[in-house]
Amino acid sequence: MDTPLEGILIIDFSQFLSGPSASLRLADMGARVIKIEQPETGDICRTVYVSNTLLNGESSVFHAINRNKESYQADMKDAMDREKVYRLIEKADIVLHNFRPGVVERLGIDYSSIKKINADIIYGDISGYGKTGPWKNKPGQDLLLQALSGLTGLSGNAGTGPVPVGLAIVDLLAGAHLVQGVLACLYRRANTGEGGQVEVSMLESIMEFQFESITTYYRDGGEPVQRTKSNNAHAYLGAPYGIYETLDGFMALAMGQIPVLGELLSCEPLLGYTEVASWYDERDSIKEILAEHLKTASTQHWLSILEPADIWCAAVYNWKELLDSEGFRILDMIQEVSMSDGYGLKTTRCPIQINDNFMKSEVGMPKLGEHTLKIDEEFSSALSTEDH
Amino acid sequence: MLPLKGITVLEFAQFMAGPSAGLKLADLGARVIKIERPVVGESGRQIAIKNLFIDDDSLVFHTINRNKESYTANLKDPDDLAKIKKLLVQADVMTHNFRPGVMEKIGLDYESVKAINPKLVYGEVTGYGKKGVWAKKPGQDLLVQSLSGATYLTGNKQDPPIPMGIAASDMFTGAHLAQGVLAALYQKTKTGTGSKVSVSLLESTVDMQFEGLTTYLNNGGQVPKRAHFGNALPLLPAPYGIYKTKDGHIALSMIPMDLLFEIIGKELPSTFTEPEATFKKRNKIMAFIGEVMVQEPTDHWLELLEEKNLWCAPVYDYDTILHHEAFLTLEMIQEVETAKGEKIKTTRCPLRIDGERIFSRKSAPTAGEDTERIDKEFHLT
Repeated sequence: MDTPLEGILIIDFSQFLSGPSASLRLADMGARVIKIEQPETGDICRTVYVSNTLLNGESSVFHAINRNKESYQADMKDAMDREKVYRLIEKADIVLHNFRPGVVERLGIDYSSIKKINADIIYGDISGYGKTGPWKNKPGQDLLLQALSGLTGLSGNAGTGPVPVGLAIVDLLAGAHLVQGVLACLYRRANTGEGGQVEVSMLESIMEFQFESITTYYRDGGEPVQRTKSNNAHAYLGAPYGIYETLDGFMALAMGQIPVLGELLSCEPLLGYTEVASWYDERDSIKEILAEHLKTASTQHWLSILEPADIWCAAVYNWKELLDSEGFRILDMIQEVSMSDGYGLKTTRCPIQINDNFMKSEVGMPKLGEHTLKIDEEFSSALSTEDH
Repeated sequence: MLPLKGITVLEFAQFMAGPSAGLKLADLGARVIKIERPVVGESGRQIAIKNLFIDDDSLVFHTINRNKESYTANLKDPDDLAKIKKLLVQADVMTHNFRPGVMEKIGLDYESVKAINPKLVYGEVTGYGKKGVWAKKPGQDLLVQSLSGATYLTGNKQDPPIPMGIAASDMFTGAHLAQGVLAALYQKTKTGTGSKVSVSLLESTVDMQFEGLTTYLNNGGQVPKRAHFGNALPLLPAPYGIYKTKDGHIALSMIPMDLLFEIIGKELPSTFTEPEATFKKRNKIMAFIGEVMVQEPTDHWLELLEEKNLWCAPVYDYDTILHHEAFLTLEMIQEVETAKGEKIKTTRCPLRIDGERIFSRKSAPTAGEDTERIDKEFHLT
């Protein structure tokens, strides 16, 4: 088994999804992640951000995000607890948090305080909107960022109002960026011995994610986003790009030359669109023609014509259909994890493979404070050994 | 010092996923050299949105390939291939996204490359993994979104499947590739040997859905239900969603029912307080709140909710956010300049290292722009 981050210790103060999704990735790649959780409530994700599926007393969401981690309970406002956490930080490679600006100073875990304890630490944090400006104290929550960032103007059809993405995409992005920054600094430290600070904000993350449309905005003089009237899949692409209803379901059509599609699908009205520019300029009409035509036969019928002609198309699946498909099963993407009390559940694995190995882990989420004692013993004995 | 200073990346990858990883590595300090076909370059140069081009290359290509160099070579020509192999010996990382089998034919598969440079980190992107029924299927963002189940999360209950209107699969796959490559680079500092890092669009898009999928895998297979209207995350209870107001829209995040009803000045119906009502009666509750929200302008509600620190936001378009002080303070927009003097405003790297934002003025290269210089510098001819 090849896990590149073997031996790396991460002290993770982050809560909810953004920071914890980063530490999950680092854990799967071999790092040891210790969550520092406040007494009684723990990570507020345990109580506030929950699905309607409780598994062994905890929300399915918390299970998914926090498997493969340890939990250390500490009240950072209590001097003794704080000292104990400092002892952990002395041994750590990476510290992560996603508190609002100002909080870490009060808790004594801001970068300059931590550097005094551990000079070459890599310190990573996620804020909602950066640390300056009028929004710095605004709650950094996924949907709010989607709403403020312009992202809700991209999905759905024209005239349907703002449509958010049905995933916590801003959290996930910020987490992904944090991982990149932290790993880049870890590489640098291995070469130079220098630690580093990585700062990510949710707003910067979601704005950069929209680089295509924002760059276009500046280029075309600030024209408003124009989603297509129907079958919209990308407001800036021409026909046929979209999802279409068929006789028995839905199918996706990406790029394709319109007259060629017309011929393959025996759809005569499409043959006239010979000008390449018209595939964008007249995309609403083309999509309307396609939508009417594709309704007349089954998904499989159309795919069996288009796929051999190397037209980019696919069926549209829900999770059940995906999980039943051979193409998915071969990826071996589902793993079983179990908690220390033996409670087991299924979840997805890390999407990265190294040297053809899946980086799987059987370790489920920790109960609040589950590892406090063990970690106390481990780190105090490590300390006393060093004292000798 | 940028963390990846001194690293050389050879990017054989095309389109979006691989090059977006290359861009992150470049912004973090690596030197990224695109290896492209002679004359025409990579196919992404011709993929345009809104038919926008800068000289011969699409605007999208420019944004995803800024801060890189370009070296052209015909990989089927033995002389060119020999030069590429010389270059590979001096590189730290290579990435590609050819369909399975292509690199084997060329002789640049991992085993062959490892033989000439065992320290190299080799990153590969596929659509659906390297074996199985979909291995040869085109790995394209919309197709992967469609197969992955993700299109049943966005939009409302009565809507058809709705894809995310952005190349989300590509961008996440690129992010995962960068993560794997960076972890492997770190590992190399310990072990002295490189590794192969593999990601696929499908696995990355499944990973994006890991919260929902974990729920689905353990709840007896109940597929997610999108809310009747205002749907934002099918997993979450009322009031989570977007609501119409008198003059626009407002996003309401996780807000306790009793506090919300106090603010909107309505008595909380007792059926809405039953256990799990926010899940079980989500649509009724959201409809009720929706009828109230539409009666007043957005600012009215924001003022009341923000005063109590409840989580809400207005819904902005680009005109509003891109001119907003809260955005401008981030200095998120930078200008790059092409060799011909064309200036393009685009976003910068979203990471800050050691307290510094990362800017780069270097534009995307024309195909082969740096070939001669690289030939000399790396002693390839």
